[in-house]
Amino acid sequence: MSTPNPTGSVAGNGLKLGVLLMATPLLLWLVLLVLLPHIDLLMVSLRERISYGKYEFSFVNYIEFFTEPLYWNTYVRTATMSILATALTLLIGFPVAYYIAKVMRGRAKNVLFLLCLIPFWVSELVRTFGWMILLRESGVVSHFLQWAGLVDGPVEMLYNDVTIMVGLVYTSMLFMVVPLVSVLDSLDDSLIEAGYDLGGNAFTVTRDIVIPHAMPGIASGCIVVFMLTLGNYLTPTLLGGKSSLWFTDQIYTQFITRFNWETGSAFGFLLLVLSSFIVWLGLKLSRQTLSDTVG
Amino acid sequence: MADLKLNQIRKSYGAVDVLHGIDLDVKDGEFVVFVGPSGCGKSTLLRIIAGLEDITGGDLLIDDDIVNHKTPKDRGIAMVFQSYALYPHMTVYKNMAFGLKLAKTDKAALDERVRAAASILQLDQLLDRRPSELSGGQRQRVAIGRAIVRQPKVFLFDEPLSNLDAALRVQTRIEIAKLHQKLKSTIIYVTHDQIEAMTLADKIVVMNAGQVEQVGSPMQLYHHPKTRFVAGFIGSPSMNFTRVKITASAGETVTVEMPGGATATLPFSVPAGDIGKEVELGIRPEHVELDRTGDLPVTGEVEVVEKLGDSTYLYVRLENADRVTLRAPGHSRVKVGETVQAAAEGGASHLFDGAGKAYRKTNCPAQYSADE
Repeated sequence: MSTPNPTGSVAGNGLKLGVLLMATPLLLWLVLLVLLPHIDLLMVSLRERISYGKYEFSFVNYIEFFTEPLYWNTYVRTATMSILATALTLLIGFPVAYYIAKVMRGRAKNVLFLLCLIPFWVSELVRTFGWMILLRESGVVSHFLQWAGLVDGPVEMLYNDVTIMVGLVYTSMLFMVVPLVSVLDSLDDSLIEAGYDLGGNAFTVTRDIVIPHAMPGIASGCIVVFMLTLGNYLTPTLLGGKSSLWFTDQIYTQFITRFNWETGSAFGFLLLVLSSFIVWLGLKLSRQTLSDTVG
Repeated sequence: MADLKLNQIRKSYGAVDVLHGIDLDVKDGEFVVFVGPSGCGKSTLLRIIAGLEDITGGDLLIDDDIVNHKTPKDRGIAMVFQSYALYPHMTVYKNMAFGLKLAKTDKAALDERVRAAASILQLDQLLDRRPSELSGGQRQRVAIGRAIVRQPKVFLFDEPLSNLDAALRVQTRIEIAKLHQKLKSTIIYVTHDQIEAMTLADKIVVMNAGQVEQVGSPMQLYHHPKTRFVAGFIGSPSMNFTRVKITASAGETVTVEMPGGATATLPFSVPAGDIGKEVELGIRPEHVELDRTGDLPVTGEVEVVEKLGDSTYLYVRLENADRVTLRAPGHSRVKVGETVQAAAEGGASHLFDGAGKAYRKTNCPAQYSADE
């Protein structure tokens, strides 16, 4: 047993204070902008408006959600579409990232990476309008198809699920490609070569070597893309129009159109629960931990 | 186990030629070492044999089959990578079993082969560990084990010892030599370390600038280097060279004029057309002996003394400013600044023409000749 060193403990306290001070902005941000609003959101969602300025504790907002098929149908649809969009983004993003990280060399690699970034120099709104210009009834694609004689009249390509999906995948691509490129960059080429040397082919090497190595990047890319998609308002609304049936649109309607903050808060809270649950499930199924994914 | 034949193998990256037509025969069970300075193309050649690089021209034959366009898997080759290339997410067992699993070997046979290889390499206790929990030497053994379980026709080693510290390198080198005796398999081994090449090889392939300089047994290369490059590359410390002028040639002997003006008659066959030309004379440090006279005398001041215990290397500066390295016995008491006299026998020397090619030695005393 050694006696505690008083000097050491003082230094220890000094260190703790330093860490605390450095963490202050982060803590303030977490408490003021994340924790407090959500506590308030929870509290607002758990009350019922009786009359002007008079509220009572109640689950009525949540009950309304489960009794009105439109609400939970939209909820399930948003989750399903988001999972599909995440899967599609991964499916398209993985080969792109692999190409950038493992096939390209030197300058071309940087140029290609930058090309992925270029669409993000304009705002999401402008990008989505770009898609509208292309896909609307009087748009570029419609005109081209008519000019080529493939269709007789104008074609409306907006306001359907496929278009929403295209928009969502396009918007999310960078957030999938960046973590994948960085994780694939760290994969030693000799590991891939050894896979072929040991009798593997492109499929088995990808399945047994590349994907296990890239798993943390896949998980982090999927989490980011899924959360962004689930919480996306602009793309489904602009490209899907009235038929988009996106849950964020329901929240917007409750807050802004109907000025029903109680139901809006309940919906907001349900969306948070949904995204947390699906991310947790995804991590469990892929046997990843959140710390692996971030680290 | 297999024969391997390289027929005018060429490799270019765009306009850059890396290999300029390599010919080589590797017999079943032979331990062949590719050695050369970095950038000489030896690793590229190994990767071509492994099927990891395309062949630009020429043929690669394994057991008389052209395998140019066969995938690594169909060539029956196993490579041990410089970085070991072990899979961090797999245990030692799974790493070693991976190749067999891909080949869909049945479970019992797979288990038996992995355990047999593990016991050869003393990895039995480590099978459940991950590569990150192993030392460098252990990782190296796993990498070798992963190759052994596949029972390949040819083993390829790409500088396998370069990531180990000096003591472990010697130990692992001996283990690889023992392994070869045990498995009697064909091995092709790449290194830049001439000591590894000399100690392990049945046959050394000395490469330089994308070409094979010489192929031969370690002793052939040591005693009969065909080019000045091989002479300088094999042997440590490296051979001394000095420029001399051919003054006369008489059948089996040649007379050369040394830098100081003295002449020496040496046992080389030199064509009469080369008389008057400047050529290069080479002599190994271990063949220059202190305090004696001989065909090739050396006198100069000692600049550096390196004591290795069993021997002492003296770096001597001659009157004409040339430098000569010579080996003295371990008990030598020669000090820096002393003037020493030494000499070598003409029969121990080597003579290279202007293009670096060796002239044929006509009379090679037994102690300076290869034992084959």
